[in-house]
Amino acid sequence: MSATGIGAPVRRTEDFRFITGKGQYTDDINRAGQAHAYFLRSPHAHAEIVKIDASKAKAMDGVIAILTGDDLAADKIGGLICGWMIHNKDGSPMRAGGHPALAQGKVRYVGDHVAVIIAETYQQAKDAAEAIDVTYKTLSAVADIDSALKKGAPVVHDVAPDNTVFNWHLGDKAATDAAFAKAKQITKLDLINNRLVPNPMEPRAAVGDYDAGTGVFTLHTTSQNPHVARLVLSAFIGIAPEHKLRVIAPDVGGGFGSKIFIYAEETVCVWASKKVGRPVKWTSDRTEAFLSDAHGRDHVTHAEMALDDKGRILGLRVNTKANLGAYLSTFSSSVPTYLYAPLLSGQYNIPAIYCEVDAVYTNTAPVDAYRGAGRPEATFVIERLVEVAARERGEDPALFRRKNFVTQFPHQTPVIMAYDVGNYSASLDKAMDMADVKNFGKRKKDSERNGKLRGLGYSAYIEACGIAPSQAVGSLGAGVGLWESAEVRVNPVGTVEVLTGSHSHGQGHETTFAQLVSDRLGIPLDQVAIVHGDTDKVQFGMGTYGSRSGAVGMSAIAQALDKVIAKGKKVAAYALEAAEGDIDFKDGRFSVKGTDKSLAFGEVALQAYIAHKFSGQQLEPGLKETAFYDPTNFTFPAGVHICEVEIDPDTGVTRIDRWTAVDDFGVVINPMIVEGQVHGGIAQGVGQALLEGAHYNKDGQLVTASYMDYTMPRADDLPSFAVGMTSTPCPSNPLGIKGCGEAGAIAAPPAVINAITDALGHENISMPATPQRVWQAAQQSQRKLAAE
Amino acid sequence: MASVTMTVNGKSVTATIDPRMLLSSFLREHLRLTGTHVGCDTSQCGACVVHVDGRAIKSCTALAISLDGAQVTTIEGLAADGHLHPMQEAFREHHGLQCGFCTPGMIMSAVDIVNRKGAMLDEHTIREELEGNICRCTGYHNIVKAVAAGAQAMAATKVAAE
Repeated sequence: MSATGIGAPVRRTEDFRFITGKGQYTDDINRAGQAHAYFLRSPHAHAEIVKIDASKAKAMDGVIAILTGDDLAADKIGGLICGWMIHNKDGSPMRAGGHPALAQGKVRYVGDHVAVIIAETYQQAKDAAEAIDVTYKTLSAVADIDSALKKGAPVVHDVAPDNTVFNWHLGDKAATDAAFAKAKQITKLDLINNRLVPNPMEPRAAVGDYDAGTGVFTLHTTSQNPHVARLVLSAFIGIAPEHKLRVIAPDVGGGFGSKIFIYAEETVCVWASKKVGRPVKWTSDRTEAFLSDAHGRDHVTHAEMALDDKGRILGLRVNTKANLGAYLSTFSSSVPTYLYAPLLSGQYNIPAIYCEVDAVYTNTAPVDAYRGAGRPEATFVIERLVEVAARERGEDPALFRRKNFVTQFPHQTPVIMAYDVGNYSASLDKAMDMADVKNFGKRKKDSERNGKLRGLGYSAYIEACGIAPSQAVGSLGAGVGLWESAEVRVNPVGTVEVLTGSHSHGQGHETTFAQLVSDRLGIPLDQVAIVHGDTDKVQFGMGTYGSRSGAVGMSAIAQALDKVIAKGKKVAAYALEAAEGDIDFKDGRFSVKGTDKSLAFGEVALQAYIAHKFSGQQLEPGLKETAFYDPTNFTFPAGVHICEVEIDPDTGVTRIDRWTAVDDFGVVINPMIVEGQVHGGIAQGVGQALLEGAHYNKDGQLVTASYMDYTMPRADDLPSFAVGMTSTPCPSNPLGIKGCGEAGAIAAPPAVINAITDALGHENISMPATPQRVWQAAQQSQRKLAAE
Repeated sequence: MASVTMTVNGKSVTATIDPRMLLSSFLREHLRLTGTHVGCDTSQCGACVVHVDGRAIKSCTALAISLDGAQVTTIEGLAADGHLHPMQEAFREHHGLQCGFCTPGMIMSAVDIVNRKGAMLDEHTIREELEGNICRCTGYHNIVKAVAAGAQAMAATKVAAE
């Protein structure tokens, strides 16, 4: 391993601009002559718009234009789309209600977009918004799953009179029923996967700019996938043909899924820039982000596990109701279906699984992918069930897991996935060792002496990453292929630019991708530039989510690098007057086998461009290669996290005393960055388990709409983490990478809740396990103890 | 409109501004010092932390007009004579940042913590003192390490200078 190659903890090249305040985020970008947009949002969860009177507002200082849904319709601008078709059990398509970027006749959640005010300054636009007189006819709202499914409930979309988007299922019902019929033990759980707000620290923003001279629109936006944004804005929403629309996602301050989607605000800004003949800029404030960023999770689940007399799992039956909010966001329908149920087998050998999912419209913000997307929900179901099943049997939960682990690979689960490789016991062993599980009993006694409750919780998670084989996802309803592209441009002096369709918003691609190039081409890191996030530079790409940038994005780069080396050998053969088959490439030099004749990579690059040693008939000049990499399977990162908590029963405060994570991500390019991803994921998972919860009241008002009401994990809520690794390289991609971005957020919630319930001695606690809830649960523990 | 004069990163600036303009907007929009970020508008997240007269404040909660005559240092003014501040170096060395959005505020707060609490900071103190800065990416693990290392480096630099 070289100091900068694969496996080296290289310090990040992108950091200099961030630590000196020179990052260029969307809100840092200002276009000459720009105007500012402010969105007037619905204060009601559900209402008909009777009339919008903007006459007073239009006359106010600085106001340039006030536009509504009628203006969008007049310009034939299409609605926002959902790009994944799910079919009902009976084969009929899901029921997708219209989703105009500005409301047309009706608003469906608090924060829905009623009008946009464009003014000289942001403050003027905001002032004018207050002067717009909207007459609403308010309607009763449905703010949660249960109220939406009640007979006679208010209807969110006419296309779905029972508020059901789809009722979907996966697995073999008959085989599962048969497994339950012969079971000796059935473990049952009711689970709520709490609703979360993703909350990247950079709020969403957009700057639309129409150039009347060329007819080209430019959109700077906070996006995880600018190419998909361009495709959707062009082909579906109809802003402009693709070659007349440039989308740039510059530095992006975190995404966690919420910046995958194509939202109303960027659509309106880019459209309005032509309408008003000025660049139009919008930046969300934090409360707008709470109201209108796509939320995550929000499942209600009943799950049952069937076991034989030896404690072997025979079957799993899951019924989930998923809240998708008021409109179907871009990939919302895939999250509680194909990103969820196929992971219910966990790390276990389960012969029969049947999962039913009802997706529901409510008068709340749209719900879509948030870090992990479906996989944390699945992991919460299986890891809580396994834990409780072991406890019911009086078995050690680690041994119980080990007994049911998949040990033979490849392993076909009953729910689509074919696990390619893994070693689940190795992660469990290492995690138990690092967590000093053998002395847990002693620590528990020490806590008890101090009047505290101590608990230990496992989470043996698996995820499907490296999303995804295009043909496979196409057959499951995806509207796009999920390959990735790369272009490697070698300059005449041998420096290299890599253009990638992946997008970095914290993941450190400028470093890790350059490490791969340095490793393969034998050139220093500082001679490599990674270019991403601009549709005028990169031809096309699918972006970053689903832990796909390493497994898919870097695999595309590896393929393009192979082509560069192959072409380089041809050029070197002419330059060194040798046969192509006699050229070796190693450590940055092309050499003739068995001789001391060689040329450095940069010298061959120059030869490729000056083309003096070969005619253009024999070989095309230049050194630039492109690859589109389409994976052949998902990747399956897996691992074991162990959480140890100490609870003060008098205050209900849960303190995480130690956290151990052992993950198998296959080949790791940069362990420093990978560990950082694990830390961040755990923090978000702990946030879900202990602190975070988006709460709407029964009228559909979001009660938790700022950092004063929604508890974000802070430094003093978390411990330092012990992170270890095991490795079984992924066999389905050229680099052996599995992906690491979501693991922590997937693993953490059940680890925390299993630890808390272990401490409490009963299962009656739901997320977030706030001090109030834990205090109440601890009272119940004491009553239980007293009764015994 | 009202006139305000202050010293920002060692340079005197005078501007005529809307009296309701926040210091964060003044820095970002008037002076184009976009390293100071606004992440929450409610004084919770700390992405907007700058130093005013040597103390860390949240610039999203200060009216620019109230700071007439003040000395303001932003993230852009932290590196002196072309050399990174030891706390900036520590954040890079210990991977104390991912997306970078909270980073300027984190670094400005970290320097302030060292100024107030000294260089020997234990983990508990650092975590408590970072209560006013939210990071969504790192889980704070590496930020805590960076602040501890940066504090020691600041002390060493000071000793070397003396």
